[in-house]
Amino acid sequence: MSPFATLRIALRALLRNKMRSFLTMLGIIIGVGAVIAMVAIGEGAKAQVEASFAAMGTNLLIVLPGASSGGGASGGFGSQPTLTWDDLKAIQNECPAVRVASPALRSNAQIVSEEQNWSTGITGTTPEYFDVRSWPMAKGVSITAADNDGGAKVVVLGQTVVGKLWGPNADPIGQTVRIKNIPFEVIGVAASKGQSPTGQDYDDVAFIPVNTYLAKIQGGLKKYLSGTIFVGANSAGDVGRAELEVQALLRERHHLQPGDDDDFSVRNLAEIAGAQQAGTQTLTTLLASVAAVSLLVGGIGIMNIMLVSVTERTREIGTRMAVGAKPRQILAQFLVEALVLSVFGGLVGVALGMLASQRLAAQFGWPTLIRPDVTIIAVVFSAIVGVGFGLYPARKASRLDPIQALRFE
Amino acid sequence: MAALIRVEELTKVYRMGDQELHALDGVSMEIASGEFVAIMGTSGSGKSTLMNVLGCLDRPTSGKYFLGDKEISRLSVNELADIRSHTIGFVFQNFNLLARTSAQENAELPLVYAGASSKDRKAKAKRALERVGLGKRLDHMPSQLSGGQQQRVAIARAIVNDPRLILADEPTGALDSRTTVEVMALMQELGKSGITVVVVTHEPDVAAYAERVIVVKDGKIVEDRRQTPEEAVHSQPPTSGAPT
Repeated sequence: MSPFATLRIALRALLRNKMRSFLTMLGIIIGVGAVIAMVAIGEGAKAQVEASFAAMGTNLLIVLPGASSGGGASGGFGSQPTLTWDDLKAIQNECPAVRVASPALRSNAQIVSEEQNWSTGITGTTPEYFDVRSWPMAKGVSITAADNDGGAKVVVLGQTVVGKLWGPNADPIGQTVRIKNIPFEVIGVAASKGQSPTGQDYDDVAFIPVNTYLAKIQGGLKKYLSGTIFVGANSAGDVGRAELEVQALLRERHHLQPGDDDDFSVRNLAEIAGAQQAGTQTLTTLLASVAAVSLLVGGIGIMNIMLVSVTERTREIGTRMAVGAKPRQILAQFLVEALVLSVFGGLVGVALGMLASQRLAAQFGWPTLIRPDVTIIAVVFSAIVGVGFGLYPARKASRLDPIQALRFE
Repeated sequence: MAALIRVEELTKVYRMGDQELHALDGVSMEIASGEFVAIMGTSGSGKSTLMNVLGCLDRPTSGKYFLGDKEISRLSVNELADIRSHTIGFVFQNFNLLARTSAQENAELPLVYAGASSKDRKAKAKRALERVGLGKRLDHMPSQLSGGQQQRVAIARAIVNDPRLILADEPTGALDSRTTVEVMALMQELGKSGITVVVVTHEPDVAAYAERVIVVKDGKIVEDRRQTPEEAVHSQPPTSGAPT
C-alpha cells in the first residue's frame, strides 16, 4: 500500500469528524503559536538591549572619578574629581590594550539660535571621542585636532538639539549659535543614536572642543579632569585586559596601597551588556518553556482523541483487518492521522505565531524577530509530539483481534 | 470437483482458568470449489469458531487446514491477512460498512489493502456494484441505503477482488424476509459463477437455499447432508429497489 493511499485514508477519517479534528489540532496550534510568539518576544527584547548597548560604543570602558567622603557620607562616584589630565595621557600612552582615550566634560547650558533656545548638556571632548563611541556625522564634519589645539569656537550638535532649534530636517551647518553668550559655528550634526539602556536621549547633546570648553565654559585649565574618560580598547577581546591595565595604572598613579579602595571606577560596558543579555536570554528561555508545556498538553490532547477514535472505530478496524489489512497498515493509518493533526496544527500554529509576533513587535516598537530555526524546531517538535502520542493508540488499534473487533458494539 | 477447503482434525481449545473449552473438537471435512454450503448450529455450537478458522481470522489449536493447495493453519498474522485479501470475501450480519463512506469506496476497501491502483480500484468496485444491482448508487452513503442494499454493497465488497471463497456470517440476520430472498438469490448466483459460498446460519429457512448443510454441535460435525436447494425467487434480478 502506498504512503499516499495511507494518507488519503487518514485524511478521510479526519474529515469525517471535522469539528473534533479541528479542536484536537487547536491544542497544537496554540502550543506552536505560543512557542514562536514567546521566542520572538524574548528575541525582540534582547535585540532592544543589544541595540541600546551598541549605541553606547564598542569595546568601551568608562573611567569615572572617585567618590568624595565628608563626615562619613559617601558622595558616590564622580562627586570628587580624582582624575587628572596626566592620568588621561598615561592611559593613552602606557596601556598597551588601550587604543584611544578621550575626555568628556559635561555641563548644562543654554544653546541659543536666532529664533529658539534649548538647554542641553554641553560636552567638551577630543576628536577621538567620536571614534570610541562609533559615532559618525550625519551632516558636516566632526571636531578636528586643529579645532581643539586652537580652541576653535565650533560645535557639533545632536539631532534632538537641531530639531528643537531649527526643526527636525533643517540643515544648520554654518549657522551660529550662542552658548553662554559666546558665538559658536555649527560644523556638524551627529548621527542619531537613539536611547541609552536607561532611556536617556543620546541625541540631546552638543559637542565642543575640550580646550574651548576649558577656556570658555569651565574657565581655566585645572589640574583635575572634572569629567569622565572614555577608553576604547584595541578589540572586543582586549576590553577585559584594558580594564585591568587602566585600573592598575590609576592605582599606581594615585598611590593607593593594597587594601585601599579605588578612588575611581572603571565601567566595562561589555560586562553590563552581557549581564543584561543574560537576563533577556533567561526571559526567552522561560517564555519558551512555558509555551513548550502547552505544546506538550496539545500532544496529550491528540493522544486522548486518538484513543477515543480507536475505541469508537473498533468495528471499522475489524472490518479493515477482515478484508486484508495487516496490523502495520492499521498502525500506519492511525499514526498518519495523528501526524496530520500535529503537523497541520503546527503549520497553522506557525502562521498564527508569526502574526502574533508581528503584532506584539509593532505594539512594543521592537524589531520583528522570527527565528527560522525556532520555527522549524516547533514544527518538527509538533510532528514528534504527534508520532509520540499517536503511537500508543495506533499500536492499540493494530493489535486488536479482528474477531473481537468485528463483534464490538 | 477439486476440493477448495480441506480440514483435518481441527481443534480449537479456549482455556478459561483451569477449564478447557473445546470450541472445535476434531472437525474434518472437504468443501469443493463452487459448492454452496450452509453451516448450521445453535449458539455455542462452534460454528462461529469454525467460520473464523475457515476465514483465516483465527488459527486452530491443532489440525490442518488446506485452502486450495496451501496448508495455512500455521501461517503468520501477516500471511493470513494476505490470504484474506486475495482469496476470501466476508459478508457480515450487520454489514460492517464504513459510515459516511460511499458505496463505491466501501466496495474498494479490499483493493486498497491488496495494493491495486486507484484506477483499477474504481473500475473493479464499479463492476462489483453493478453485479449486485447497485450500479446506479455508487455515490450513496450507507445511511441513504436500505438494509438489503447495504448488504448488497457488502457483497460487492466481498467479491471485488475475485475471491475463491465467500464466507457469510448470518448474512440475513438483520434483514426482513423479502430482502432475505434477494440476498440469498445473489449468493446462489455467486455460487453458480464458481465461487465457493459458505453461509453460517441458525435459520433453517436460510440453510434451505444451500446445496449442502453441515450441522455442528459441541464442536463436532453431527450431520452433513446434500439437498436440492430451494430456488430463491425474486421478481427481478436485484436491480436497485427504492430505499425503504
